[in-house]
Amino acid sequence: MNEPLADIGLVGLAISGILIGVALVLSLVRRLGLEKDLFIAAVRALVQLLVVGLALRIVVDDDDPLVFTWIWVAFMAVVAAWTVRRRAPEVPNVIPLSLVAFTAAAIVSLGVLFGLGVFEPTGRAIVPIAGMMVGNSMTATVVVARRIVAEANDHRDLIEARLALGLSSQDAFAPHLRAALRTGLIPQIETTKTVGLIALPGAMTGLILAGVEPVEAVRVQVAVMYLVLGSVSTTAAVMAIGLTRGLFTSDHRLLPLGSLSSPQ
Amino acid sequence: MVPSAAGLGQSVGVTEGFQLRGVRVEGVARPRLDGIDLDLPLDGITVVAGASGSGKSTLLRLLNRLDVADAGTITWRGTPLEETDVLLHRREVGMVFQRPTVAPGSVIDNLRLAAMDLDEESATDLCLLVDLEPSFLDRDASELSGGEKQRVCLARTIATGPAVILADEPTSSLDPAATEVIENLALRLAHPESPMPVGWVWVSHDPGQLRRLADRVVVLGEGRVLAEGNALDLVSHGDADVRRAVGAER
Repeated sequence: MNEPLADIGLVGLAISGILIGVALVLSLVRRLGLEKDLFIAAVRALVQLLVVGLALRIVVDDDDPLVFTWIWVAFMAVVAAWTVRRRAPEVPNVIPLSLVAFTAAAIVSLGVLFGLGVFEPTGRAIVPIAGMMVGNSMTATVVVARRIVAEANDHRDLIEARLALGLSSQDAFAPHLRAALRTGLIPQIETTKTVGLIALPGAMTGLILAGVEPVEAVRVQVAVMYLVLGSVSTTAAVMAIGLTRGLFTSDHRLLPLGSLSSPQ
Repeated sequence: MVPSAAGLGQSVGVTEGFQLRGVRVEGVARPRLDGIDLDLPLDGITVVAGASGSGKSTLLRLLNRLDVADAGTITWRGTPLEETDVLLHRREVGMVFQRPTVAPGSVIDNLRLAAMDLDEESATDLCLLVDLEPSFLDRDASELSGGEKQRVCLARTIATGPAVILADEPTSSLDPAATEVIENLALRLAHPESPMPVGWVWVSHDPGQLRRLADRVVVLGEGRVLAEGNALDLVSHGDADVRRAVGAER
């Protein structure tokens, strides 16, 4: 490993804060009225990450038991599930479905990466990788969940017309499920296609700044991209299938959407 | 070969269709259906009339099992609905909706929703049956007129080989010419000597249409059966809502 380039110290951190000034000046000059929000965002990011950093010292210490790591991962999944609910309030049972989806994605993707020895199963590796998995999956989960509900609402006539022809609920909703999954997955696929052409991805940038050889950083980054694709696909599929099941009764009736919303 | 399930019941000597006893469906302000007792036979055209909100569409949705009753029993050919295979039941009891709703794709794609293995010859027969040129088969269904779409919907329903078609105001969004085509088709298919006779339960709020089509009439009002019988007999019924439904009173 080369000399790390990223140890910027407190002075460096303070100097980088000057860049917030650029955004503040823009807001003042163009009268955007965003100064307060910018200031709060900058301070909040600093405080949140400092707290996270301190907590991570416990979690990623190689001498500590992995149980702290898994508690951390579970906490991330719960926060992500709440975030999905906030972004998709119209989706019924969204918290339990999100938790099941994140758990399934964790089992599949972390199982492959750590179970098959791609990374060492240490807190230092599990936490950031699980973070990337949950963070990226969250967006796709929100998109798929919202789209499924919109499809059921907007195409109720067509879905019931198919049901009335004797199609099962699964078959009657299949085109809409496909549309929702495509909407959720295509952005991630496009991102994977163009990676490196427009901007260097986060994990690779971090590793290079930390002094890792670029080719080595690329290997890690590619594994991370595959992890993200796999986990996004898993969460989207679990959310889509779970949500679709909740739209219909066992005797293939499409429920009125208002009756699906459960208090959360 | 277009399936003909219309004879399913008749071939074994069963002629009864639906029997409803004490059927109730709860609503927001009042029940949508409130203690319905009704026999709906398999043959001919039964027109269900009544004012908006009287429960006509709810009744049809129950018969197709798109909704379930909160109380009471419904039997189909002697079997309680909940004991029938719902997917087979819906093929035997077809439904055409108020708004013609076609799926994305061509006309033949739509017909194959109902009968996956439908060949070109049978698809052509179905087109001719609903007065559509066979050249329509390859046309994009979404680009057809309202009347043409509704005929595609009817052909799609007939492709399942139903014994009865539940028609929920199928002409309310169509112009008079398209309405006439659909009505003539219903009369033709309902005729006992039709090559594939189909019974109809036809919801309508148009007294003129009721008189043109109905072999028997059921009038609903606020979720209850106000009257049933022959349209001519109901003209002099004691209830003004019934007389209004059959066009004897404005």
